[in-house]
Amino acid sequence: MSTKTPSRLEKILDSGQLAVTSECGPPRGSDPEAITKKAEIIKDHVDAINITDNQTSVTRLSSLAACIHLKLMGIESTLQMVVRDRNRIALQSDILGAASFDIHNILCLSGDHQMFGDSPQGQNVFDLDSMQLIQTVRLMRDEGKFLGGDDIKRPPKMFVGAAANPFADPFEIRVPRLAKKIAAGVEFIQTQCIYNLDKFELWMKEARDRGLHEKVYILAGVTPFKSAGMAKYMKNRVPGMDVPDEVVKRMAGVPKENQPEEGIDICVETIQRLKECEGVRGFHVMAIEWEEKVPEIVERGGLYPRPEDL
Amino acid sequence: MIVADKKPIEEIIDMVKGYRKILILGCNECVTVCEAGGKKEVAVLASALRMYFMNEGTKIEMDEITLERQCDHEYLEEIRNSMDQYDAVVSLACGVGVQFMAEKYFGSPIYPGVNTCFMGVTEERGVWSERCQGCGQCILDRTAGICPISRCAKRLLNGPCGGSTKGKCEISKDLDCAWQIIIDRLKELDRLDDYEEIAPIKDWSTERAGGPRKVVREDVRQ
Repeated sequence: MSTKTPSRLEKILDSGQLAVTSECGPPRGSDPEAITKKAEIIKDHVDAINITDNQTSVTRLSSLAACIHLKLMGIESTLQMVVRDRNRIALQSDILGAASFDIHNILCLSGDHQMFGDSPQGQNVFDLDSMQLIQTVRLMRDEGKFLGGDDIKRPPKMFVGAAANPFADPFEIRVPRLAKKIAAGVEFIQTQCIYNLDKFELWMKEARDRGLHEKVYILAGVTPFKSAGMAKYMKNRVPGMDVPDEVVKRMAGVPKENQPEEGIDICVETIQRLKECEGVRGFHVMAIEWEEKVPEIVERGGLYPRPEDL
Repeated sequence: MIVADKKPIEEIIDMVKGYRKILILGCNECVTVCEAGGKKEVAVLASALRMYFMNEGTKIEMDEITLERQCDHEYLEEIRNSMDQYDAVVSLACGVGVQFMAEKYFGSPIYPGVNTCFMGVTEERGVWSERCQGCGQCILDRTAGICPISRCAKRLLNGPCGGSTKGKCEISKDLDCAWQIIIDRLKELDRLDDYEEIAPIKDWSTERAGGPRKVVREDVRQ
């Protein structure tokens, strides 16, 4: 493969090295330090930082603005963009806005339903779906066209990503769905948090059987549990999350003060096991409001140091 | 059918207090089937209002009429000669009927007696659910006869999203995931391969987004 964008993440993946990404959620306020401080903690241990887009439908500082803050710090970001809140005019407009700051990665998502957040009475948009957003970015980049057909002056140069959840139902279409996203033009995938490794490995095997692992870079998603309570919450309350009983038991089986350490251990073990899984091309470490642990996870996972300039 | 739900009586009392003679106007179509605005519901509402105003010591007169439909001129014309005697009308038709009444009887106050909800089916008596949002460009041929626009909470044309769990939607355990049903149907029809065809970006101009809509059929127009 050869690279199609100036994205550093793309270059690292293209070089065959395992990539490491992480994510930061913007604040519920306008203080840029809330994002720049988090980024400062993790920047040397990751290749790019995703900025979430009003995740769980809770209103926050905009993903694009936060990406610009990172850009000004010299940090590569991945603009997460959900189709829940913007129609095709706003989506394309924000893509151009990001491109004007040379933000080179985008993650195309549907977005959680607004009923989960602070505005359950709000409208949603869903003019496009995530699959169609992938197509849109590729059209804008590769053909230099707007959806309306007109030419774009200085088209965006973005490495196009999407999410995949190997654990949502129905399982039988989870690999076909990946194939569909690849057909739509996706170039990298960040998966849902992996706790059920057997199921993930089965999904990867089915993906390999279809040769999909050679058509897209798959970054395995991991999230450390801070506590047994968090494990139970993720198991029971977060849609599309698969936390096996033995993982919850393991977390609950250690004293409360040792649970954070146990959570990190599980996360590191997951990385170590999945490094051996053919088709896993990197890791997406989502330490939710626990960014300070990302360096430790990356180091103990044997993923440090990160590649120097390529 | 168009499915409607009863409005709380308190809301209706607020609308009509101050009037002396009121017509409660039912509709014999959809709202009768979904038991929100037919002859029976007209009678129940009228009695409840009478009782309320009687207890309050307010003298208020109420007539009950149920028309065959409130979305066609000919039926609405049936009450033309008696409209003058009413200070206000509470229409238990869907929003369509309420508006057609308002347009036709321009000088009369017309109030809605139901909340119009959606186009749907009777799952069982007392349970109605949505099936169509009238997008103006039917895609059911491509989705195994199940509509993701009306039945997926995110209207995903290429679903399901990552929130589909055990056949249910991420927003409610009581709501079936439309895409689970689509996939089950595709399997049943031995067409699961169709799942991988990417549904193109939809032209929403035939939907609400394109502004109020109109169908003009020259072949049947007089």
